[in-house]
Amino acid sequence: MTISRRNFLKVAGAAGGVLLAGGAASAQGAQAPETSAGGVEFNGMLIDTTKCIGCRACEEACNEANKLPKPKVSFSTESVFEETRDTTTGAFTVVNRFPNEKKPDAPIFVRKQCMHCNQPACASACLCRAMEKTKEAAVIYHKDRCMGCRYCMVACPFDIPRFEYNSPTPFVWKCIFCNERQKKGEQPACSEVCPTGATLFGKKRDLLEIAKTRIYTEPDKYVHKIYGEHEVGGTGWLFLMGAPEEKLGLKTNLPTTPYPELTSGFLYGVPLVFVLWPSLLIGLNYLIKDSKVDEKKEGSHGEHD
Amino acid sequence: MANTTDAAAASTEGTMTFRQVARETIRFVLSELKPKGKMLTPFNVITGGIILSGLVMIAIRFAYGLGAVSNLSQNYPWGIWIGFDVVTGVAFAGGAYVLCFVVHILKIKKFEPIIRVTVLNGFLAYVFYAGALLLDLGRPWNVINPIIGNAFGLSSVLFLVAWHFLLYMICEFLEFSPVVAEWLHWPRARRILEGLSTGAVIFGITLSTLHQSGLGALFLLAPTKVHPLWYSGNIPVMFFVSSIFAGLSMVMIESFFTQKAFKDRIGHDLHAAHDSILLGLGKGAVGALFAYIFLKLIDFVHYKQWIYLDTPMGYWYLFEIVGFVLLPTALFLQAIRKRSAKLVQFTAFLTAAGVILNRLNVSVIGFKWYETVRYYPSVMEIWITLAIISMELWVFRWVILRMPVFGEAHEVVEEKTAEDMEVVTWKASVL
Repeated sequence: MTISRRNFLKVAGAAGGVLLAGGAASAQGAQAPETSAGGVEFNGMLIDTTKCIGCRACEEACNEANKLPKPKVSFSTESVFEETRDTTTGAFTVVNRFPNEKKPDAPIFVRKQCMHCNQPACASACLCRAMEKTKEAAVIYHKDRCMGCRYCMVACPFDIPRFEYNSPTPFVWKCIFCNERQKKGEQPACSEVCPTGATLFGKKRDLLEIAKTRIYTEPDKYVHKIYGEHEVGGTGWLFLMGAPEEKLGLKTNLPTTPYPELTSGFLYGVPLVFVLWPSLLIGLNYLIKDSKVDEKKEGSHGEHD
Repeated sequence: MANTTDAAAASTEGTMTFRQVARETIRFVLSELKPKGKMLTPFNVITGGIILSGLVMIAIRFAYGLGAVSNLSQNYPWGIWIGFDVVTGVAFAGGAYVLCFVVHILKIKKFEPIIRVTVLNGFLAYVFYAGALLLDLGRPWNVINPIIGNAFGLSSVLFLVAWHFLLYMICEFLEFSPVVAEWLHWPRARRILEGLSTGAVIFGITLSTLHQSGLGALFLLAPTKVHPLWYSGNIPVMFFVSSIFAGLSMVMIESFFTQKAFKDRIGHDLHAAHDSILLGLGKGAVGALFAYIFLKLIDFVHYKQWIYLDTPMGYWYLFEIVGFVLLPTALFLQAIRKRSAKLVQFTAFLTAAGVILNRLNVSVIGFKWYETVRYYPSVMEIWITLAIISMELWVFRWVILRMPVFGEAHEVVEEKTAEDMEVVTWKASVL
């Protein structure tokens, strides 16, 4: 029983393209947590919730820097804190107010925006690389590539990408870490404008040290955990918390596994199936074809006898 | 008709030039495009109405965006167009690869009479349901990006699924193409296409394995969003296994309706073997169901899922497992023991309902079950889904009434009223 070379090549050739695709996918897997693949140290942002006064200067600066539409109520309106707000296609970052159990007269303000994960789920989910992690840290969005499938929204553990549902030519919007400003050597608009230092920009490694020092020197002020240090494999934005995360509207129970690893096992299996299935099926097919031919021969012998 | 048969005869003898053949073929195809039988039947009126109004809604969707017709939101980016049309519809198309394996690889002759209609069904399901995916894409014109290669998202499961959809559609078309060649009276093309079919079958089974499981693997990226009772690292394997019994059930359901609607197109082979084929399909389904039950059991223990049982979602989970997995398994076993084709057919409906339930539980119902404002499909979303199913049924009927899908039917006289050939809305009925 032989497998005809031509038949094998026919299948193998067709499978080859997708095989390559599977193989290359695996290369994007593991990387050191605080640096990009090229060894460039990630930038980061440290949010100290105990320092934030809820002035919303960051929201306003973000709005201007990203040329977003002006909101209906001005950035100085305090009534917006009455309900918990979410980011929108026109607001990449929002500040929310949460009650402080220790000091009821001093509420805690917490920002919400893209966390710029070290290994972002959105970028690994996107089938046309519209979401991309730059080597500096930012997870940016390429408008021209996006097909609007919204798998990034399904995948994002922080529910950040926002889609324009009421446009015939919609885009996905989210904080892009002021990537253009970073490239020019400037810091993001929100941290530049922050009057209290509640939003601090720098190398992520340095920010982690600052955060740990603050917890160490003022253990009563902070929850002894840096939110974002280990969540989903580490994020670019780190939070120092004045109250437990579930009281601050931050996602709890996130795994420490980097999300791309959740699907890498499946993707590693793809080339295997592409090699094994055709060869097993061709083998099985020939085996059965041969045995059927034998059966027929035996049958006809019997008739002749 | 006389013209075309003459042309066919002539072309087989090789006395006509290529140009003549082409001209005759075009004339033949044009004559075949005309509808057959009565136009104003209840089926035509109802589905026709659904299709026309559905097209208006599709136009609204493209003019004003997804929000104009759907209930999708920032919290629920995927609704029933993904959860039902794609994730469920593609599972039901699984019958094609399973039967191709049985007939073309294992060479089991018994199922040959239904292979053509199953492949046709699978092919149409992909064209229409995967095609309906374009409606759900915000920027569908960019769908070529991951295909032409200016932006390969190699780490994406969706990239794999997209490519496999495309390649599998080509494979299924190749598998069905000998029938088209027969219809066009192109004997030489038919021989060439049949030669390609083993390759297409092998490649097709491989692709199916990967994208059926890939549809499940999509949800691996949402570990905190899919309810723990349905989330598991085994989702891909479970989607693959359930596509086997989903596909087989759909073949049984489809046979239930075609037996009624196309009874005079069905050849003697199929008529004679129908019950035995059904029992065989039931046996196949029961094997896959057992595998599925064990997978579920392993998950249940491994992920300590029992702690969620005494919650509303837990009761819902038990309803699915007991009523739509364990019960069908028991009924299939009973049917096989009693050799009851009727019970097999009934159980197929139950199994299919269970597959719908499961796929929706993973993709819609159990997705972000913790939110206070939940997604539910809008009337227009459901309507457009119905319109797509109706369109598929029209094309299915068109092909069945013209091409030799059911074997011997080719020789049968063509002129019939459409009344007894009506397609019952079998897919709508399982919705």
